[in-house]
Amino acid sequence: MAETRYIDALNRAMGQEMDNDPTVIVLGEDVAVGGPFGVTAGLVDRFGEKRVINTPISEDSIMGMAIGAAIAGKRPIIEIMFIDFLTLAMNQLVNHAAKLRYMSGGQLSVPMVIRVQQGAAGGWGAQHSQCLESWFQHVPGLKMVAASNSADAAALLKDSIRDEDPVLFLEHRGLYFRSDDPPPSEASPAMQAATVIRPGNDITIITYSKLVWDAMDAAVQLERQGISAEIIDLRSLVPLDMETVTGSVKRTSRALIAHEAVLNGGLSAEIAARIQEQAFDWLDAPVARLGAPFAPVPASPVLEDAFVPNAISIVEKVLRILGRD
Amino acid sequence: MGDGTQVSCRDMLQRMWLIRSFEERVIDLCHKNELAGLLHVGIGQEGVAVGIASSLAEGDYLYGTHRSHGHFLAGGADPNRLLAELAGKEGGYCRGRGGSMHIVDTDNRLMTATGIVGGTISLALGTALVAEEEGAVVAVYFGDGASNTGGFHECLNMASLWKLPVVLICENNGYAEFTPMSAHTNVSNVSDHGKPYKIPSRIVDGNDVLAVLDAARYAVKRARGGKGPTIVECKTYRLRGHYVGDPESYRQADEVAEWRDKDPIRRFGEDLKKQQMISQDEIADMQASAQTTIDEAVQFMTESPWPSPDSMTDHVYA
Repeated sequence: MAETRYIDALNRAMGQEMDNDPTVIVLGEDVAVGGPFGVTAGLVDRFGEKRVINTPISEDSIMGMAIGAAIAGKRPIIEIMFIDFLTLAMNQLVNHAAKLRYMSGGQLSVPMVIRVQQGAAGGWGAQHSQCLESWFQHVPGLKMVAASNSADAAALLKDSIRDEDPVLFLEHRGLYFRSDDPPPSEASPAMQAATVIRPGNDITIITYSKLVWDAMDAAVQLERQGISAEIIDLRSLVPLDMETVTGSVKRTSRALIAHEAVLNGGLSAEIAARIQEQAFDWLDAPVARLGAPFAPVPASPVLEDAFVPNAISIVEKVLRILGRD
Repeated sequence: MGDGTQVSCRDMLQRMWLIRSFEERVIDLCHKNELAGLLHVGIGQEGVAVGIASSLAEGDYLYGTHRSHGHFLAGGADPNRLLAELAGKEGGYCRGRGGSMHIVDTDNRLMTATGIVGGTISLALGTALVAEEEGAVVAVYFGDGASNTGGFHECLNMASLWKLPVVLICENNGYAEFTPMSAHTNVSNVSDHGKPYKIPSRIVDGNDVLAVLDAARYAVKRARGGKGPTIVECKTYRLRGHYVGDPESYRQADEVAEWRDKDPIRRFGEDLKKQQMISQDEIADMQASAQTTIDEAVQFMTESPWPSPDSMTDHVYA
């Protein structure tokens, strides 16, 4: 199969779902012209302005509109250009999208996808580079997925569109123009399933989104030093596939959770807590975490490079866990 | 809901009494500790609720606010299930998960009330995308306080831009919680905000149910005819506090008394009597019938079981 760029996988998945289901609509700022990265390019020509709705810069209300359309029978895909701007739509996302099914005693269903991209790349500074996923794992009613590769970008987006609940779909702009693919597997995994993307014996590295590829790079470097790292790509951040995580940790006896988001209160804290609850007796070392320092994302390329975890920092961390530093 | 043309004055008066009886009983039950929660009653605002609902047809959608018992009773909600929901009982509309501020009755397309001021306006715009395909309209309530939220302005802009079939009902009771309108904005009428967005409006005496109905019909007709949104600003007053238990230290008793004289229910009854459309005895019968309905609702509420704690996480996800 020819290599597919992440961005094209997303675009194709949306087009296919819109072809298959007339209730699927897209709305967001600049979506009619493809958005700043081109993820929605060409959709308005195929499906028209009634299904690809180019909105004013009104995040809170377009989020509300997507919810109001979803509970009346549409399957909206709303694009929030940067996760940083999701702060402007928190009210509708947290107070209505996440809670309407519950508060209505099951009468309402909110089948919508919130597509956002996040992550530091290119020195875009503190309001266009944040990773905010940990905020949303704290909100019952939302699901959250993050694709690390093109195949998953397509599969997870389709699953998210077909899901009956609101799904926060995290993209990484540092992946948009890459064509990474995981080793082929026999069956495509379920939406909520984590995958072991590289098998190993000495340590389990649990990560997601773009950092999966830094972890893969780190694993190659570690292998040269005789260390065999198993890498888990979480894919689904809410709910978490702890069965896959603990299954691996019980074999390797060591765990490192790595993410680009700042470490304080990061998703890694939740996963670390669950590992010690569920697999404490199998651990040979404390569960370790790697994330960004507790600072806003700096604009300077030098500082940004030092801010985001990468293959080098993962290798260093693993060596320390194994007492090989 | 009413169907716009068939609605009778008698039906409207009966429904207003039903709402009044319901909410007076809610206060009573709350004082007796038989009902908990943060309860916002709209006593004195029944003319708006019934006038608006009477302009809507089967298949139209309605969104409420935090003060929507009356809006939804006018729209056809069952008093039994509504009261049971306020009590947090399994037999309530939302199995006790929602409570007073989050009533939903999808059978009657009463889409949702909300605890967030101005929070349902954008939801109504989204539902309007579906409604326009169905030939339906979406009516949404908000108060004068909501006109100061950013979302309100975002929504006026988009509703106008796309000519969405929405009826924007401002239930202007002169107070944003404890703050009078004169202290929260320099804008004279909430509907003035429609002008720059090219949204027409009607300002009506919200305590005159027929005036509300007339303005609402105009707005509904425009929406159904593809002409887009209209603001219907209903000037009214809540005769009770912001919530049950509000000490109301922010307003004078004579102001409340002045509005009590403009009670929409008594006024409508007097009008109908003057036109010999109804007798005092018939009005008394209506009140008695409303009380009977509420007695039954209380019984339903009392007999309805509490939700099981085992069901706590039902409906978090599909």
